[in-house]
Amino acid sequence: MNMSDFLSLENLTLAYAKGTAAVEGLHLGVAEGELVSLLGPSGCGKTTTMRAIAGLLVPRAGVVQLAGQNITHLPTNKRDIGMVFQSYALFPHLSTFENVAFGLRLRRVEKSELEHRVMEALRTVGLADFAERLPAQLSGGQQQRVALARAFVIRPRLLLLDEPLSNLDAKLRLEMRAELRRIQRELGITMLYVTHDQGEALALSDRIVIMRLGRIEQMGTPEEVYAKPKTSFVAHFMGWDNLYPLETIAGVVGLPASTGYTHASWRPEAVLTGSGDLQGRVLARTYQGESVEYLLESPFGSVKAVVAVEQAQWHEGQTLNFALPAEKAALLKG
Amino acid sequence: MRESRFPIVMLGLALLFLVGPFVVVFISAFSGDRTLAFPPSSFSLQWFAKVLTVEAFQASFVTSLWLGVLSTLLALLMGIPVAYALARYQVPGAEVIRVILTSPLILPALMVGLALLRYFVLIGNNSISIGLLIGHTALLLPYAVRVVSASLANLPRDIEDAAMSLGANRLQTFFRVVLPNIRGGVAAASVLAFITSFNQVPVSLFLTGPGVSTLPIQMLLYMEYTYDPTIAALSTLLILFSILFVLLTERLLGISKYV
Repeated sequence: MNMSDFLSLENLTLAYAKGTAAVEGLHLGVAEGELVSLLGPSGCGKTTTMRAIAGLLVPRAGVVQLAGQNITHLPTNKRDIGMVFQSYALFPHLSTFENVAFGLRLRRVEKSELEHRVMEALRTVGLADFAERLPAQLSGGQQQRVALARAFVIRPRLLLLDEPLSNLDAKLRLEMRAELRRIQRELGITMLYVTHDQGEALALSDRIVIMRLGRIEQMGTPEEVYAKPKTSFVAHFMGWDNLYPLETIAGVVGLPASTGYTHASWRPEAVLTGSGDLQGRVLARTYQGESVEYLLESPFGSVKAVVAVEQAQWHEGQTLNFALPAEKAALLKG
Repeated sequence: MRESRFPIVMLGLALLFLVGPFVVVFISAFSGDRTLAFPPSSFSLQWFAKVLTVEAFQASFVTSLWLGVLSTLLALLMGIPVAYALARYQVPGAEVIRVILTSPLILPALMVGLALLRYFVLIGNNSISIGLLIGHTALLLPYAVRVVSASLANLPRDIEDAAMSLGANRLQTFFRVVLPNIRGGVAAASVLAFITSFNQVPVSLFLTGPGVSTLPIQMLLYMEYTYDPTIAALSTLLILFSILFVLLTERLLGISKYV
């Protein structure tokens, strides 16, 4: 592990929980001020990992270190780690103000400072006028912002967010996404963000950790995981929809066959249509506004192609020429 | 289109069954006759006046009140932690514990009374008051556990995790987050438990003794010897007391959604 890591998980091993893969030998380092996403389908162990970092789950083996301190067996309430939940988890009997003040009251923060900090936190999330409302009187987006303020007002060493936006409608989700990023920059707070939504992870993260079946499949900057997937799983997750075994496709598109890779993949936008020496029959044509998505039937499997709407001249049942450019392929292992 | 009258007729019959006896008792309470007869030939308030002069009623009313309050408190003090443990922790044999806790609701109360009598008074050589208190507490515990469990089931676990992440230990989490959010259920359990204790006959029958008796037992004894409308007057007072009690707690705490 890197010495400069602010949060580090070393060989973290967690027992199987209901419907979730056991996490095995997980290594991960997060730098101070960084926003790292744990991305993966449900049941991949990302939430389990987060609960272990929060101390809500005792690991079977391994070490959790925060700011150079081994916190593996420290109780949750002594960790100084803020949490934001998918369900918001606001205290239903307390006002917005009291929800945010909860952690400060436990820390016996003196009255005038407490009021100042709570109101400042509420201003940061744009809810200063809602201090006296009960959670039930707030919208979903407002509730999630209260949950966020409640978590960062205690100035935690680390902020964990578990699918915080997935209960919000699409438009609000985009707004909150931008707001989260702004707040993270403003406060310089280290965040670990759990999500199953790759768009969210790409937009928010400094670094993305893609998990599958309790293991890390790939990690890197959003650009890296999006443009250079290393495995079929990551490729599929990042929208590389045209995925073929290398042995079938290598000869067809002119890729070297035996290089240690097992699959080759193309994004739908990378497929050239109207020229090339491959032929496909249009199975489905889906209008998407700016573009049209084609599903083609070809000798080596189906091909998904996205074509600008001005060039989308083919209709269902027609046959067209296309090409899978070798230089646009991602070569994958596993 | 002609709708079936059958359900309406059944509803009427059910209401008649439920409310009818109370109407008879209520009217008899205002009787001017010397014996309990229906319908009365004349009306008066004399039996209400008499209720207040019967010494056995006064003493046992106070006993019943104390017994109800204390056994309810004890049942809640034990029942809330039990319900919480069953809801939140993986208790070994949780199912067995649930069945045992429900058994006083299923077993004939007379049997429970006999068992408690042998256990507390004959073998344990405890005083009658202590036996009564323990007996009632045991009887109320299942109500407390079940009603509190139901309101705990509606409390998401996340909010406890959130409290702990904010620095609350388990005890602080319980008192600051859990308890305030199940107070409706606790209030409902209290009302139910108190009324159950206050009206309890079979268990009390075995556990009362010289000098210590509850109001329902005294009413039973009184009826064995005296057949005048006093008992109807007392019943009317008790019904009014119960209705007032429930209405008041419903108004203050909104308990009906928990029972």
